[in-house]
Amino acid sequence: MSTISDPPSGSFQLSMLINDTRYRSYTFQFIALILLILAFAYLGYNLLANLQAAGLNISYQFLGEPAGYDINQTLIPYTSQSTHWQASLVGVLNTLLVAFLGCLMATVIGVVVGVLRLSDNWLVRQLMSVYVEIFRNVPVLIWILIIMAVFIAVLPQPRDFRGDDPEATMFLNAFAFTGRGFYSPAPIFGPGSGAVIAVFLASIAGIFAFRNYAKKALYERGQLIPTFWPSVAIFFIPAIIAYFIFGRPITLEYPELRGFNFQGGIFMRNSLIALWFALSIYTAAFIAENVRAGILAVSKGQTEAAASLGLRPGRIMNLVVLPQALRVIIPPLISQYLNLTKNSSLAIAVGYMDLTGTLGGITLNQTGRAIEAIFLLMLFYLAISLAISAIMNVYNNAVKLKER
Amino acid sequence: MKKLAILGAMTVAGLSAGVASAATLDDVKARGKLNCGVTTGLVGFAAPNANGEWEGFDVGVCRAVAAAVLGDPTAVEFVPTTGKTRFTALASGEIDMLARNTTWTFSRDVDLGFEFVGINYYDGQGFMVPKELGVSSAKELDGATVCIQTGTTTELNLADFFRANNISYEPVPIETNAEAQPLYLEGACDVYTTDASGLAATRAAFENPSEHVVLPEIISKEPLGPLVRHGDNQWGDIVRWTLNALIAAEELGVTSANVAEMSASAGSNPEINRLLGTEGTLGEMLGLEADWAKKAIMAGGNYGELFEKNIGENTPIGLARGLNAQWTEGGLLYSPPFR
Repeated sequence: MSTISDPPSGSFQLSMLINDTRYRSYTFQFIALILLILAFAYLGYNLLANLQAAGLNISYQFLGEPAGYDINQTLIPYTSQSTHWQASLVGVLNTLLVAFLGCLMATVIGVVVGVLRLSDNWLVRQLMSVYVEIFRNVPVLIWILIIMAVFIAVLPQPRDFRGDDPEATMFLNAFAFTGRGFYSPAPIFGPGSGAVIAVFLASIAGIFAFRNYAKKALYERGQLIPTFWPSVAIFFIPAIIAYFIFGRPITLEYPELRGFNFQGGIFMRNSLIALWFALSIYTAAFIAENVRAGILAVSKGQTEAAASLGLRPGRIMNLVVLPQALRVIIPPLISQYLNLTKNSSLAIAVGYMDLTGTLGGITLNQTGRAIEAIFLLMLFYLAISLAISAIMNVYNNAVKLKER
Repeated sequence: MKKLAILGAMTVAGLSAGVASAATLDDVKARGKLNCGVTTGLVGFAAPNANGEWEGFDVGVCRAVAAAVLGDPTAVEFVPTTGKTRFTALASGEIDMLARNTTWTFSRDVDLGFEFVGINYYDGQGFMVPKELGVSSAKELDGATVCIQTGTTTELNLADFFRANNISYEPVPIETNAEAQPLYLEGACDVYTTDASGLAATRAAFENPSEHVVLPEIISKEPLGPLVRHGDNQWGDIVRWTLNALIAAEELGVTSANVAEMSASAGSNPEINRLLGTEGTLGEMLGLEADWAKKAIMAGGNYGELFEKNIGENTPIGLARGLNAQWTEGGLLYSPPFR
């Protein structure tokens, strides 16, 4: 009979929790966990006990009660009779709006500046580093306040447009740039405009189909089909034809000065513009550094190899360097997006009604439910940040180096 | 490092638990200073002067309480609070009392767990507009852009007023009075709204006050008064009766000029004697010295003197007594009897 030496059948003893290296680390981690839970339990208990001593309690009933205050920028229907919960949702949407716009603009500016910082042109390079250093090293709150102050002081107010010889006039009779915000014409969708929009969307799909076809033709038959002008044509011509066939259903509503303000058209508030712009240029300075680092991380041999194949510098950047640099750029970019989103909570400095302004500001004040409101605020920001992270991680997985 | 932070947090939590439970009077005496919450700066009510010393109508109440409790009107630590931070500051024990033109409302008194000890200014919400707009009534403000401080009752009154009159407006939320001024002056808003007294104070600070008018409509009742935390009745009594002492002193003709003489010996008016401690044991009942009210009155004068010195008609703010006159002169000021 062959003998198989069994591993010593573990007669487990308590002392092994300390002495056996296999278990020791678990033991200490477990103890640390217990202590942590105890500490938080103590803090929680202390909070509840103090609240009780002050005759207060934790209750979310206030969310169902009428808010009683008005909000200037609402993306969903809201009146002062809506509930605190709806006011919070208005705030969430305003936060998401400025975060989305900010991320978009910060990325565009950041990539351009990051690439230009590596330019061969001395002047451009220096200008870009001045931009990065100035904006990166002054707190974003200051930028928000400066931009808002300049905005209000420099641009004319609606009252300056009044009178026979006004100090300010509208641009093309359609756009008004005032210290209170920008007014632009708004489209009015009459009957039949649905068809025009459908044609327009279909033509956008057509552009993508045409570009795919052109690419295929290039790769399979080596046939180079021009894409730019046909794309422009597909973009405009069908929609314009449809517009006239259906009897010009879409008209423009122009803003005009009535009473105290311009009325009609699309109104973009000064607070949104100032906050958006400040967050964008501030975060763009950081993104520019990420982009520069990403580009420098691609070895010079790649550029030289591409050049030796006869590619022009613009194409080397677009086809060879940037796709590889993206792998380095995306992870820190996620952090920048999260920073921008969280920095948007400084909105109240310019009176932009974001989540901190509604739920964490007026609602908190009017109801006095500070702990409840702050807790909910934290949950909202956590959820938004995790969602941005998740989306960006999906994108990161798509561009990262595929190892087989 | 993490554990250190947790220990630190626990210590802080433990300390704040201690603060909340002890009697405020003992705390103030032990500290030798009264922590008094005021505005971040509203000329006439509470603002630092050129020498950095706080002065104003609300500041006067703080100083009177400090004088009554500690015998020293300068033993006050002024804590500037915004409309948003004031209640948290009071509830957490950071300040002992709040004298920040705060409107006495049901929910603040009952739901937030505070104790309004009285009313030191009867106010109402008004509107200020530049004269050049040619507006003469608040009902003509349809479509106007309105600057408004957040976290105040004015915000709710405004929504109610415009809804009731079925006219629209565009609210521009602002954190403090100081931030509102440039916005209003640059024309980023057409109208500035807050309590009428605050409007008068703000307008007085403008370069050309005459270019702005306060509209006649008063759209709300705003009884402003000092407040303390729920649950410490002795401290609430001290602040309440200090305020009453200032009001009663004006009614009884006790001023900062004659209070020393009047309190030297018992006079012919028994109420004045009880107020100034030359007769009876009112001070002892409060847990203070017998001459507590005398010190409070000496700090800045009686109610009328405080009013005239800080916000009265001879100051740039120029408020008339109006509702804030003594009841004997057609106003609403009416101190319960000292007996």
